[in-house]
Amino acid sequence: MTEKTTEKTQPRDFGFDDEIGMLKDAVRRFFDGQQPVVQLRPHLHGTEDPHTGTERTGWYDPAAWQQMIDLGWHLLAVPESAGGIGMGLVAAAAIQEEIGRAACPTPLTSTLQATFVLREANAGIQLARIAEGSSMALAMYGEDGALETDSTDVTAAGKRLTGTSWYVQDAQKVDGFIVAARAATGVGLYYVGKGAVALRHDRIVDLTRDQGRIVLQDCEAEVIAEPGAGDAVLARALPALLTLISADIAGAAEWQLQTTAEYAKVRVQFDRPIGFFQAVKHPIVNMMIAADETRSLVYNAACAYDYDPDDALRCALLAKSCASDTAAFCSNRSTQLHGGIGFTWEADVQIYHKRQMHSQFLFGDGAWQRERLAELL
Amino acid sequence: MSEKVSVAEHDEFREHCRRWLEENRPPPPGSPLPQAAYEVTDPDHRAYLCDWQAKCYEAELIATDVPREYGGHGHRNLQAIASAEVRRAGVPYFINWIGLGMTAPTLLVHGTEEQKKRFLPPIFTAEEIWCQGFSEPGAGSDLVSLQTSAVRDGDNWIVNGSKVWTSLGALASWMLLLARTDKDDKYNGITYFLAPMSQAGVTVRPIRKMTGEAGFNEVFLENVVVPDHLRVDEVGAGWKVAMSTLTSERGAAAGVGAIASSESPLSGVLQVIELAKRTKRNGRAVWHDPVWRDRIVKLYERTEAIVQNGRRARIKALNGGAMRIPLQGKLVGSEIGQELGEVALGILGMQSSLYVGDENAVDDGRWPLGYMNSYTGTISGGSSEIQRNILGERVLGLPKTK
Repeated sequence: MTEKTTEKTQPRDFGFDDEIGMLKDAVRRFFDGQQPVVQLRPHLHGTEDPHTGTERTGWYDPAAWQQMIDLGWHLLAVPESAGGIGMGLVAAAAIQEEIGRAACPTPLTSTLQATFVLREANAGIQLARIAEGSSMALAMYGEDGALETDSTDVTAAGKRLTGTSWYVQDAQKVDGFIVAARAATGVGLYYVGKGAVALRHDRIVDLTRDQGRIVLQDCEAEVIAEPGAGDAVLARALPALLTLISADIAGAAEWQLQTTAEYAKVRVQFDRPIGFFQAVKHPIVNMMIAADETRSLVYNAACAYDYDPDDALRCALLAKSCASDTAAFCSNRSTQLHGGIGFTWEADVQIYHKRQMHSQFLFGDGAWQRERLAELL
Repeated sequence: MSEKVSVAEHDEFREHCRRWLEENRPPPPGSPLPQAAYEVTDPDHRAYLCDWQAKCYEAELIATDVPREYGGHGHRNLQAIASAEVRRAGVPYFINWIGLGMTAPTLLVHGTEEQKKRFLPPIFTAEEIWCQGFSEPGAGSDLVSLQTSAVRDGDNWIVNGSKVWTSLGALASWMLLLARTDKDDKYNGITYFLAPMSQAGVTVRPIRKMTGEAGFNEVFLENVVVPDHLRVDEVGAGWKVAMSTLTSERGAAAGVGAIASSESPLSGVLQVIELAKRTKRNGRAVWHDPVWRDRIVKLYERTEAIVQNGRRARIKALNGGAMRIPLQGKLVGSEIGQELGEVALGILGMQSSLYVGDENAVDDGRWPLGYMNSYTGTISGGSSEIQRNILGERVLGLPKTK
């Protein structure tokens, strides 16, 4: 068995240069100032009770989105030929990690994902649209949520699409959708603007995202990848998609770790801060170990996508395998170690816990990734 | 941050290491080596391994970055390359791992000029093997409660007490010795010595492990004389020096040679994958059982995370602080190693009962042996429980347990 060593073809620093370092710091400071979770709270009033509450909208701060556009984050990974900055997944994942740390509801998350699918399809027109400030989300799944890239329930007849696409993330926030649809010759990829579709909102656990179905009824679409070519585009983009969601989880896990450690320093029981007790201290260390494994595998996966495409899928599957498990573990420990307060609506740990519950299964959970990995070993 | 070395110099040195290791790989010894350096007891193994280490030193794979006046090769920032290549080559381990991993780093920081010049060269060549005299019967995890005493007598110290779990004790000519010089000051009453093993009053008695092997020892010290010039750092500074030694042991320092493992981190899990593919149960390979496969691939994922943690640890902007990742290394590595052992036994099923010496044992019984020996990793050098205290307190700032 040959041993894969990533160090030969990838830069040792994960391609994380000073420019990306400054960008990541800037994104972090931006969210430290914005406090997205604090801003989200008022928009949840009245929606809390799942039995009697009113419908929750996919709130995000449009002013913050405009600021992100002004700062150029939306077109960071768009190629220069399409009017973007032409940075890679290392930069995009760095931003996504900070979005996850801030648990920020934003169309940027889906737009970054869409960017990498469009890049793999060489879809210059749609990439240029992102560069001009349009947001987009992926509409890839059928009703059963199967994870294969050909699981769509939408059918294509020429440029006209019919059917329902399920589990579309940030569906209420974006200007358009990249839709996977099936024709006689295989799966193709299409672009439709939000005005052309009917949107049905899902009621979901996660408060920091929205999710919905888009219903297409003989909808005119732009072709991104011809029928038969869509599968391959999604397969090539998959490492980027897995890496981005894993980066989000890594950022949120670090927040869960730090918040839980801080709580254990101030919450006093039996005359001591509870972090004194090993029954509390040791699980917090286990959270750190999980968060660190995830971060390292995320940086490795992002670097592989940019510098070593032959190894990108393996590295991305490793990242999401780890990230999904970390999402579940750090969420579990963060709520448990906060005790009663961690179980309340009032505590922010519930917001992160629910974002992580969602992220854990996006693009497949840990066991799914390991099943795919096994095929490579 | 370390100084930059030109890429060309890096590549040239890496090439040298690869070529040398390829051309000089030693033939296997007459009888198989134990699984790790700390288990060596056989004189033939000792001679074989000392010879190998000396050759590697001559080839500049050891003490690569150590200044020439201390017997090193005087390079800059090439040790990591040499150590990585040694691990990758799958060659025999370095027998003097305590000397390389603990004595040398400690002396380079805390030793006098005379101590460095006297002790470092024979560590590198394996002419003098070292053991570590920290733990005592009553002072394991709670190391600071150690009772072995050193009493001043003119220019000498008279040492009395006993040490335990002393790997290589029977082969060593020197011991890193912690002894109490002040009974009333717990932390500042400990002093660090370099103690000669071959003198009257030193008795080494082997301890048999659960594996049946006699890998480590008890050492009894009765009126042992240690001259004052073999004291490291100030009287009473022993705890501070010991912490820096243990930091080296836990893999936080760059070091002077590849220690602890002669294999790359992934080789263990790749061997388990291979075992699962060739082991059949109910007519199919265990690898095709999804339950076992998921467990194995999870360990593959965590092992790759160790590799990538090592890469990230050197990147200031991404490492979360200088000690955060390095202090996890021993804990995570030993626990994953142990789980790998458990999984290997699970793959073997009933065949895991066949032990070393049984003609039908799979791979000469190395799997049950390796599983049992994995507890060395999770207990020695600060148990996993102590590691979690250290990480919680030093990295996350949680209140000190003691």
